Amino acid sequence: MSKRTVQFKIYRYDPDKDAQPYMQDISVELEASDKKLLDAIVRLKTKDDSLSFRRSCREGVCGSDAMNINGKNGLACLTDIDKLAQPITLRPLPGLPVIRDLIVDMTQFFKQYHSIKPYLVNNDPAPERERLQTPEDREELNGLYECILCACCSTSCPSFWWNPDKFVGPAGLLAAYRFLADTRDQATNERLDNLEDPYRLFRCHTIMNCVDVCPKSLNPTRAIGKIKDMMVRRAV
Amino acid sequence: MNVAKRTFDAVIVGAGGAGLRAALQLSEAGLKTAVLTKVFPTRSHTVAAQGGVAASLGNSTEDNWHWHMYDTVKGSDWLGDQDAIEFMVRKANEVVIELEHYGMPFDRTDNGKIYQRPFGGHSMNYGQAPVMRSCAAADRTGHAMLHALYQRNVRANTQFFVEWMALDLIRNSEGDVLGVTAIEMETGEVSIFHAKATIFATGGAGRIYYSSTNAFINTGDGVGMAARSGIPLEDMEFWQFHPTGVAGAGVLITEGVRGEGGILRNASGERFMERYAPNLKDLASRDVVSRSMVTEINEGRGCGPDKDHVLLDITHLSPETIMKRLPGIREISIQFAGVDPIKAPIPVVPTCHYQMGGIPTNYKGQVVAPKNGDSNVPVAGFYAAGECACASVHGANRLGTNSLLDLLVFGKSAGETVVEDFKSGNLTLKPLPADAADVSLARINRLETQTGGSEVHDVRLAMQRTMQKHAGVFRFKELLQEGVTHILEVAEQAKVTQIADKSKVWNTARTEALELDNLIEVAKATMISAEARKESRGAHVRDDAPDTAEHPNGRDDQNWLKHTLWYSEGNRLDYKPVNLKPLSADVEPIALAKRTY
Ligand SMILES: Cc1cc2nc3c(=O)[nH]c(=O)nc-3n(C[C@H](O)[C@H](O)[C@H](O)COP(=O)(O)OP(=O)(O)OC[C@H]3O[C@@H](n4cnc5c(N)ncnc54)[C@H](O)[C@@H]3O)c2cc1C
Ligand code: SF4
Ligand code: SF4
Ligand code: FES
Repeated sequence: MSKRTVQFKIYRYDPDKDAQPYMQDISVELEASDKKLLDAIVRLKTKDDSLSFRRSCREGVCGSDAMNINGKNGLACLTDIDKLAQPITLRPLPGLPVIRDLIVDMTQFFKQYHSIKPYLVNNDPAPERERLQTPEDREELNGLYECILCACCSTSCPSFWWNPDKFVGPAGLLAAYRFLADTRDQATNERLDNLEDPYRLFRCHTIMNCVDVCPKSLNPTRAIGKIKDMMVRRAV
Repeated sequence: MNVAKRTFDAVIVGAGGAGLRAALQLSEAGLKTAVLTKVFPTRSHTVAAQGGVAASLGNSTEDNWHWHMYDTVKGSDWLGDQDAIEFMVRKANEVVIELEHYGMPFDRTDNGKIYQRPFGGHSMNYGQAPVMRSCAAADRTGHAMLHALYQRNVRANTQFFVEWMALDLIRNSEGDVLGVTAIEMETGEVSIFHAKATIFATGGAGRIYYSSTNAFINTGDGVGMAARSGIPLEDMEFWQFHPTGVAGAGVLITEGVRGEGGILRNASGERFMERYAPNLKDLASRDVVSRSMVTEINEGRGCGPDKDHVLLDITHLSPETIMKRLPGIREISIQFAGVDPIKAPIPVVPTCHYQMGGIPTNYKGQVVAPKNGDSNVPVAGFYAAGECACASVHGANRLGTNSLLDLLVFGKSAGETVVEDFKSGNLTLKPLPADAADVSLARINRLETQTGGSEVHDVRLAMQRTMQKHAGVFRFKELLQEGVTHILEVAEQAKVTQIADKSKVWNTARTEALELDNLIEVAKATMISAEARKESRGAHVRDDAPDTAEHPNGRDDQNWLKHTLWYSEGNRLDYKPVNLKPLSADVEPIALAKRTY
């Protein structure tokens, strides 16, 4: 790719000076080396240093730069700039309070993550060496532990929009299943009790938006299904 | 301006691997602890570590800490302190097993133990053959580790201050450390965190270079804060260039790829490492591999239209192995190099990766500085661990997987020392000087009012280009001398940066300007220390210190077997001896020898 100019439409809001959010039309000339959307908005920021967004790793592992890109949630650092229709419309993740520009308040998202007790529970005295786990049992954790907590999924989930305080949401439920699926964890019953509630788990209506947007190709819906299976099996 | 004050037993700056491991020690001991971090903890750059964490568990091949110690000392080109190295390698099994107990999803061997893979510079029987020492969770070890540590901290109820940036270290007239000032990004408010103990775990500063495997946030804040407050920086001339960054993008391809059997090839398809390191070949130490690659490229055997990179080939591995052991690498390669490594080799170049130097500490995690003729006097109330610290276990060149180990061992050790000092009553809350926040407020205020100055991104780019050109994989006498002049000029521009954004709320322009103040300290320290060290050792190789019979590999132990100390004030240099004596009598000192692989 050579130099080219791309057009943006970006959601802007600075509570320190703007009464209302607005959409800003702005364009930027990219260098040949600018390949990802993140490269482009970093370049844009050299023109207008007030454009605010989170970013860190630039390689899709830290989960900082989730945003709504042409109507779909994704990571700026993993999105090819040249494949996007212009003007490229950027908005903050939907459903969470906006702090400024593309930066949302993630408190509710992390509260739900914390609510599933996201840590291994094993009350046996710690052995001197590692707890053993077969490669097959370990494989059960694949597709679960890789979550980067970017919130692309939960903020595309209608059930989470309507009940962010009550519905755990896909990311939190994926994490819940990550511990349920771990042969080393002993809190299966407590974990299921914690989700046995009309909202916390059962607000998921299998709309699959979460699967569609996950930048790590994880499948929260499948994890949610497995938790539901465990509930059913426990009940009989 | 009114500055809020918060009081704690301990404040930890940084929530990467080192900060989180230290925090666990303090939280579980019941100390009132604040952990400050610029980003949500799991977004710290430890998350990007791929290949593994070293421990001589011996799950797949015979292994023991003596061999690990030998490899680490040799890897460091004898600049590492042997007491700290012995401490680290002997603690390795304990801290890795602990991590497994915390829930870390390590890959497993067929008999259910932690999976281990070979890694560069790690060997069996004192250099004879590669050993399987790197404990791994696929090629996402850092992610798995950081999340496990964060999760354990959730269990321990650790108190985090997320998206708070520490600005300056607070010291009293005796030089004791009393805490930090910090700015809350969301509000722009500055607060004082007053504490009996302050632990820095702020990570590396790889962003001083133009091409780097490091995240945007790796701006050396802890190192910069320490330097500005009069603490010397140790061995800053030693930077690791990782052999395999994706050409053009900088994103890392782990050495674990070569551990799983990957091979480096030049334009004619030759496995050139056989010529440079007949024993360990592609798994020689990083500095050796990086220099071999640059030599191939410089001598016209590079690949691609510009002959500016080499190829990392794993097409001979089975797709199953690649999908199982290297799934993240495959994603990265497709995303950033545009090639699927199952089908075609990955274009790679040496890329700035890791800072061996940093804030000087001892193996207990106490920050030490020269005082009254003693080079290693603890600075009261101040501790550091992880990439920002220099213990010094990595010396002139770090072995892969020894950094994640360093985070665990010295994060824990710093935490333990604070808890001990706290319990023995050695730590007290010393009164804050009246001007405790003045320096920070002045920095913020300057950015509010600066006009006619320089743009932050221009100055940063000038710094990065200067470092890349003048202090790269190979170093040249003249380029280093010019580099010193250039970087001091850039530092002058950094004093007058200006920003257009004046908002109080989440002002990232201001954050970047404040970060640049730290980066520039690191850049000056690196260039000035490098220009001064007139030998080749580990990652620091100069044209005027070639391989001769008198000085094998260009190393000059008679004059340069010593640690550099750089002081920001006046750019003064000082030196201190390397500790060649192990911690215990269980092991003999590893005697000086020429490094070959
Ligand atoms: C791509 C990559 C792959 C790697 N792979 C491996 C590997 O396989 N094995 C290995 O051993 N090593 C590896 N390394 C090296 C290793 O990952 C790092 O050295 C290590 O993770 C650094 O950890 P840390 O805890 O010191 O710092 P980080 O994880 O960088 O954390 C720094 C923390 O400090 C905080 N912070 C910084 N400044 C401030 C401030 N001013 N105020 C408040 N908070 C602040 C940040 O928010 C963050 O929480 C790799 C490095 C990279 C870049
Ligand atoms: S499948 Fe469930 S969790 Fe996922 S988006 Fe739909 S309702 Fe939300
Ligand atoms: S499941 Fe996927 S989309 Fe959801 S938070 Fe995790 S990585 Fe992001
Ligand atoms: S910047 Fe880390 S995920 Fe995009």
